[in-house]
Amino acid sequence: MPDRLAVRKTYKLYVNGAFPRSESGRTYEVTDARGAFLANAAHASRKDARDAVVAARGAFGKWSRATAYNRGQVLYRVAEVMEGRHAQFCEEVAAGEGLSAGRARVVVDAAIDRWVWYAGWTDKLASVLGSANPVAGPFFDFSLPEPTGVVAVLAPQRSSLLGLVSVLAPVLAGGNTAVVVTSRERPLPAVTLGEVLATSDVPGGVVNLLTGDAAEIGPWLAEHDDVDAIDLTGAPAGRALELERLAAGSIKRVLRPPAEEPDWTADPGTGRMTRFLETKTVWHPKGV
Amino acid sequence: MTHVLDPGTLEAGTRPAPGSGAPFDDVTRSDAALRAFLHGLPGVDQVGAEQRAATLGTRSIKTTAKAWAIDTAISMVDLTTLEGADTPGKVRSLAAKARRPDPTDPAAPAVAAVCVYGDLAGVAVEALEGTGIHVAAVATAFPSGRASREVKLADVRDAVGNGADEIDMVIDRGAFLSGRYLEVFEEIVAVKEACGTAHLKVILETGELVTLDNARRASWLAMLAGADFIKTSTGKVSPAATLPVCLVMLEAVRDFRAATGTQVGVKPAGGIRTTKDAVKHLVMVNETVGADWLSPDWFRFGASSLLNDLLLQRQKLRTGHYSGPDHVSVD
Amino acid sequence: MTSLFEYAPAPESRSIVDVAPSYGLFVDGEFVDGSGEPMKTVNPATEEVLSEIAVGTEADVDRAVKAARRAFTRVWGPMRPADRGKYLFRIARILQERAREFAVLESLDNGKPIRESRDVDVPLAAAHFFYHAGWADKLAHAGLGPDPRPHGVAGQVIPWNFPLLMLAWKVAPALATGNTVVLKPAETTPLTALLFAEVCRQADLPPGVVNIVTGAGDTGRAVVEHEDVDKVAFTGSTEVGRSIARAVAGTRKVLTLELGGKAANIVFDDAPIDQAVEGIVRGIFFNQGHVCCAGSRLLVQESVHDEVIASLQRRIGTLRVGDPLDKNTDIGAINSAEQLARIRELSDIGEAEGAHRWQPVCELPDRGFWFPPTVFTDVSPAHRIARDEVFGPVLSVLTFRTPDEAVAKANNTTYGLSAGIWTEKGSRILAIADRLRAGVVWANTFNQFDPTSPFGGYKQSGYGREGGRHGLAAYLKESS
Repeated sequence: MPDRLAVRKTYKLYVNGAFPRSESGRTYEVTDARGAFLANAAHASRKDARDAVVAARGAFGKWSRATAYNRGQVLYRVAEVMEGRHAQFCEEVAAGEGLSAGRARVVVDAAIDRWVWYAGWTDKLASVLGSANPVAGPFFDFSLPEPTGVVAVLAPQRSSLLGLVSVLAPVLAGGNTAVVVTSRERPLPAVTLGEVLATSDVPGGVVNLLTGDAAEIGPWLAEHDDVDAIDLTGAPAGRALELERLAAGSIKRVLRPPAEEPDWTADPGTGRMTRFLETKTVWHPKGV
Repeated sequence: MTHVLDPGTLEAGTRPAPGSGAPFDDVTRSDAALRAFLHGLPGVDQVGAEQRAATLGTRSIKTTAKAWAIDTAISMVDLTTLEGADTPGKVRSLAAKARRPDPTDPAAPAVAAVCVYGDLAGVAVEALEGTGIHVAAVATAFPSGRASREVKLADVRDAVGNGADEIDMVIDRGAFLSGRYLEVFEEIVAVKEACGTAHLKVILETGELVTLDNARRASWLAMLAGADFIKTSTGKVSPAATLPVCLVMLEAVRDFRAATGTQVGVKPAGGIRTTKDAVKHLVMVNETVGADWLSPDWFRFGASSLLNDLLLQRQKLRTGHYSGPDHVSVD
Repeated sequence: MTSLFEYAPAPESRSIVDVAPSYGLFVDGEFVDGSGEPMKTVNPATEEVLSEIAVGTEADVDRAVKAARRAFTRVWGPMRPADRGKYLFRIARILQERAREFAVLESLDNGKPIRESRDVDVPLAAAHFFYHAGWADKLAHAGLGPDPRPHGVAGQVIPWNFPLLMLAWKVAPALATGNTVVLKPAETTPLTALLFAEVCRQADLPPGVVNIVTGAGDTGRAVVEHEDVDKVAFTGSTEVGRSIARAVAGTRKVLTLELGGKAANIVFDDAPIDQAVEGIVRGIFFNQGHVCCAGSRLLVQESVHDEVIASLQRRIGTLRVGDPLDKNTDIGAINSAEQLARIRELSDIGEAEGAHRWQPVCELPDRGFWFPPTVFTDVSPAHRIARDEVFGPVLSVLTFRTPDEAVAKANNTTYGLSAGIWTEKGSRILAIADRLRAGVVWANTFNQFDPTSPFGGYKQSGYGREGGRHGLAAYLKESS
């Protein structure tokens, strides 16, 4: 018998900076890789998704207009706070993904470092992706990247932390806000990440994490008129086509799922950021 | 700030007397008030104004419209000689050309005025007697305007005394550019008074004012002070008349009439040498201020060589074939 | 405005164009018959039938795609990039040489004023080829990795409002990046695309690099849905854009869409009023308002509303509506009976909903499709004329009191293609431009286009950019 009976955590959703239970009152059992009980996670409903979109839309104005320097510091702060919870993440990742302690540590290290990488991108995007356009006339003409808006993210099903961070951080770096449906089977690191976000300087509503079933919530997000883009990376097998079709209704930007879940330790490149950026071109005459 | 554009809001009976900027009496009460007023006029975006002028310049004026435009342009010419070498003989010869621009065709209209230095105004008056052609004299230490107020006013009185019925004065660009607007205003008012019944054209010398914002401000300043005409240039400074400047001045007279009921004429001068240039200006008048300005009473061209090109084009339209410089008279 | 100065007719001569009585499809470098029932293209200014146009069926599209694939694998893909560039330079030059012919043909088939086809459409089309020609051997510098690759066969469907210019926007970047093309021109305006086929031949462009398959919606669908098309680019209505996005869902095809708009043109009280009025006119009456980025919603600050409207009405009174081939025409014919019906319907709804309709006195020709320049005042954001894209010479005027209100109203649309700002205050321009959710923001100007300048929408105005370095991304696979 242990000396002390552990106090277990209630794993809830993370919406608009708060940790509500699902409005549906549903939970589902989460087990470790060998099938042992870990927790009862909140089972998000379409109404939770709806609320999350409202929160993300509400947070978009301020987050998108924050200075790039500020956004960079906020993302870096996420890495700092994660670092403080390193052990907890290792434990959750090891349990959920069935990794050895050593392997779990590598994954958590990479996840933290990924935030650092994207933190450094926020104030480079405009100079790397923007341009001064030499138009044939007396005009000053420039193009700048701007965030697409509210991005629905179906997070990878297997890589519950590194994969999640790898799809979430680029969305945020560009100034978007996100509604994330986490890995269904391995949602616990996402909830802990929510706790990290809540205690970093990420404004409420910028990230909303829904634990549950992408097959159930995905279509509602794909069809939602106030969602500007959708990342189908973690779309349930065989459902991507349907989701892309639904997304067409409001001309969403769609990031199609890879044939199989990629190796998240690879160099991420800029593709995941540029997918969720628009280009704004501004013209002004040059006269005296 | 009023740049109200609907003349209909002013009832005919309440219109102020011509030459008075009555609704704006307040704005000339102090340097500060005048400055605030002129700087409160809507800005002019140079690129936009140039683009508009260029687009109007692409109008294609053909056949009957061209014939009308050429005759109208001839009738609007202030046939000008402003050289140190001017002599009574030169002025008389110019007057003869003014009366009958095309000796081979009596149907060609006469020009609007002959424009000379004040000392030769008498010669022009004599040569044009009974023709209805006006005699314009430049004055106020033309072209630089650098002389004392007394000298300038004496210059005006002298020209009027010699019979000129139109006075083309220059504004004090130095004073304008250094922001002494009230000084410029008062000088125009004084010149206007010295003119008596002679019509006053106020030369802004927009080439020295440089910006279109200044052209608009100077236009208003001159109109407030009682100008009968506002004129772009002396012809001694480059650039002289340009289409964008003329556009801005036309907008100013349009807005001034809408606000005060007083119509002011416009005279681009200098640099208009071809029929094509003249027609572009007429198109601009037509589409900016409309038919009310399409007469020599309200629009003039300050020019010399323009007349011959108009005549050549006129001959081409009449005869159906091209002609050459020896078929019109040298000035 | 009454005038002493009546401009005599100044018609551009039609004799420079030689419209054939019928046209086939341009496939693999040859004109071939289409398998569909041919359609007629008419001059919208006179309703005169100009020519009979082949209609491509699925089988025809398949032949065109096969030709494009062959050309891609055997010729265009392997070609030295510099040589690809030289072909595009050639095309640019030929377009310049035959500019007058293209302009007249465009005005005949589309109804737009010759002044615009001559001064805007055709020169810009040539400029697009010239610009992209230079990219062909510099793609490693486009920010897409050291060795970006073309997708392969591009299926492109273009609208009727700028037939040749939209062709140039599509074909030039596709070819410069090494793709081959199957292009479907708009049903009502195929002629300049078919003349462009001749330009390709004059340039000795290898057969199959550009294929032009005329037809209506079904032909377009066949292009978009063809299995061997790698990249789809579409410009047109948001409605069709949705169906295309649905059609390519789940495929490997890469998609860019340039769709509708309902742009706000915001006039602040310190605007350069005369230029703003010109910008409003240019914004909504350019090309009869058949412009996806048209400034169809005028947002004017209340304090200058009456003055701006009076000025605008006076200016609209000088617009010359009529024969597209007359060099002095400002507003030409509406492109089709169908479009005219839509403009009429939405205008009638505007009136029924309580907005005030104003139109200048304006004589319209008896035959052809015409609609006078129209201004609706007292428009509420809830009115359909404030929300729906009219795609005609119809301006809806709304007012605002503060910058925040202007931004909120400007962004209150499902579209996000363009916007305009008029103010003399520089910092206000930058602040408002930042907050407008639109792909192109024109400050103190409107409806300016340039091949170096990326163009495209936010929100339901589509995705992807055309023009500039950004436009290349649509036609290249990034390399690492």
